[in-house]
Amino acid sequence: MALPRITSPHAKGSNRTQRLMTLVILATLPGLGVLTWLYGIGNLVNLLLASATALLVEALVLKIRQRPLVFFLNDRSALLSAVLLALALPPYAPWWLTVIASASALLLGKHLYGGLGQNPFNPAMLGYVVVLISFPLEMTRWPGIAQVSPGEGLQLIFGLAPLADGWVQATVLDTLKLNHSLTLQELYDSHAAFGLLGGAGSEWVNLAFLLGGLFLLYKKVISWHAPLGMLLALLVMSLLFWNGSGSASHGSPLLHLLSGATMLGAFFIITDPVSGATSPRGRLVFGMGVGIILYVIRAWGGYPDAMAFAVLLMNLAAPTIDYYTRPRTYGHRQAERGFKLGE
Amino acid sequence: MAKPSYRDIASNGLWHNNPALVQLLGLCPLLGVSNSAVNALGLALATCVVLTCSNLAVSLARGVVKSAVRLPVFVMIIAALTTCIELLMQAFTYELYQILGIFIPLITTNCVILGRADGFAAKHDPARAAFDGLMMSLGFGLVLVLLGALRELLGSGTLFANMHLLFGPMASDWTFSLPSNYPGFLLAILPPGAFIVMGLLIALKNRSDEILSERAKARQVAAPAVSRRVRVTGVIE
Repeated sequence: MALPRITSPHAKGSNRTQRLMTLVILATLPGLGVLTWLYGIGNLVNLLLASATALLVEALVLKIRQRPLVFFLNDRSALLSAVLLALALPPYAPWWLTVIASASALLLGKHLYGGLGQNPFNPAMLGYVVVLISFPLEMTRWPGIAQVSPGEGLQLIFGLAPLADGWVQATVLDTLKLNHSLTLQELYDSHAAFGLLGGAGSEWVNLAFLLGGLFLLYKKVISWHAPLGMLLALLVMSLLFWNGSGSASHGSPLLHLLSGATMLGAFFIITDPVSGATSPRGRLVFGMGVGIILYVIRAWGGYPDAMAFAVLLMNLAAPTIDYYTRPRTYGHRQAERGFKLGE
Repeated sequence: MAKPSYRDIASNGLWHNNPALVQLLGLCPLLGVSNSAVNALGLALATCVVLTCSNLAVSLARGVVKSAVRLPVFVMIIAALTTCIELLMQAFTYELYQILGIFIPLITTNCVILGRADGFAAKHDPARAAFDGLMMSLGFGLVLVLLGALRELLGSGTLFANMHLLFGPMASDWTFSLPSNYPGFLLAILPPGAFIVMGLLIALKNRSDEILSERAKARQVAAPAVSRRVRVTGVIE
């Protein structure tokens, strides 16, 4: 009787790239739902545009690079980048902006470095930064809640007819940055962008992304280290530099946790297994770095929100973090630091 | 040392050993001033004059200068020529001189120039050295202008704007502009755009070299097969 010789490990995992990517995409659904409920169809159209562009670019590049087309298109990583990008972009950004962002995410962010698993930067955030730097005007036009009907939304996105600027509303972080005269209480009372704790709409969006993130944690798709590190760092920073609730205040910790891209970033962006740090301790440090940079730019930098910049900067630091946080391997008394000569 | 033919010098400078695309020398001015075609062209012309003249001067002085002090001497020659160009630009194209600013005196430290002076001009006769300087700076300048034009077109939606800074009033209507609702891809004008467009140009150059060498190889493989068949048919006859 011939017994097949199988070497360990004998445990069979179901964690294929495809399954992980699908779960992450599923987990964004609550956030996408709340975004659509509050702001209208903008994000859905973005999603369609970004996904179509991403798949097209991916297919094109795979063909040029002579890689198996179906295998890589099926792993849904391009789709995930497109979904994250569509959630991050302003809902009624013009169509060409979404297309450029999605194409540069895939081209500059992923394939120039060698494709899936080789990218030092988070592709979605790279695409976001490309358009943020190139088209500052279009990237700051965030809608107020329920200001845009589906028809008007399509007009805005495809530039069919000009629309009065009444639908644009400064976000909480914008208002906080430019405010020099009102106390926080007055802002909450008078300004439409402020809700109960954070932004009127963005607090619900953030809670929805938190829900999706908890689902991912429960499914063990992501580990808790990076999100916890980031949220803790943001909490500590915003507690330390809260500066009361006068006109010079930087906003309460809850406001920072529940506005802008905080939760989307914490659970969906910085948990990227490729461009982030590798070891658990490394992920903790990585997350904390993102949280600190995020707060520093929000409070003192030139941009109201800075998830993308914080992530890209920490992506640059990820190899160094990995270098110093290698875990002890079995059989060694202490962890090895750095790389052996001749390796 | 065997004297390189003028043909080799030209093909090296313009393509095979292009200072910008292959040697990656002088990247600082290349990336720094290539945000519009007119800036790029201005610096390309200035570099061209300096490089050609410095190669000629270095080659003439090569018998006199001792090897131990050659680098300071070469730098002095280059700096003197750069100063001449700077004064000329200040006199005739004052606005462009102001726009290019520090990048004109920085021509002195452009590695292409010192590299060619020490690597080529110091070992060859004046005619070849001057020709090499001309070809190298043409190769550098072409890439510089191409980069400047691409970045200007992408970033501000115009091409050859403000050419009157260089060519006087008759060039003021040379501007080609895209439709006015073109939003302008700002990244292309900003520093990262310089690196990205430059990288794409290098990639394009490498890819076309690859295609050319593949074709050459295919031709070589095809050649013996033809000759063998000729021999076989010869036997049948």
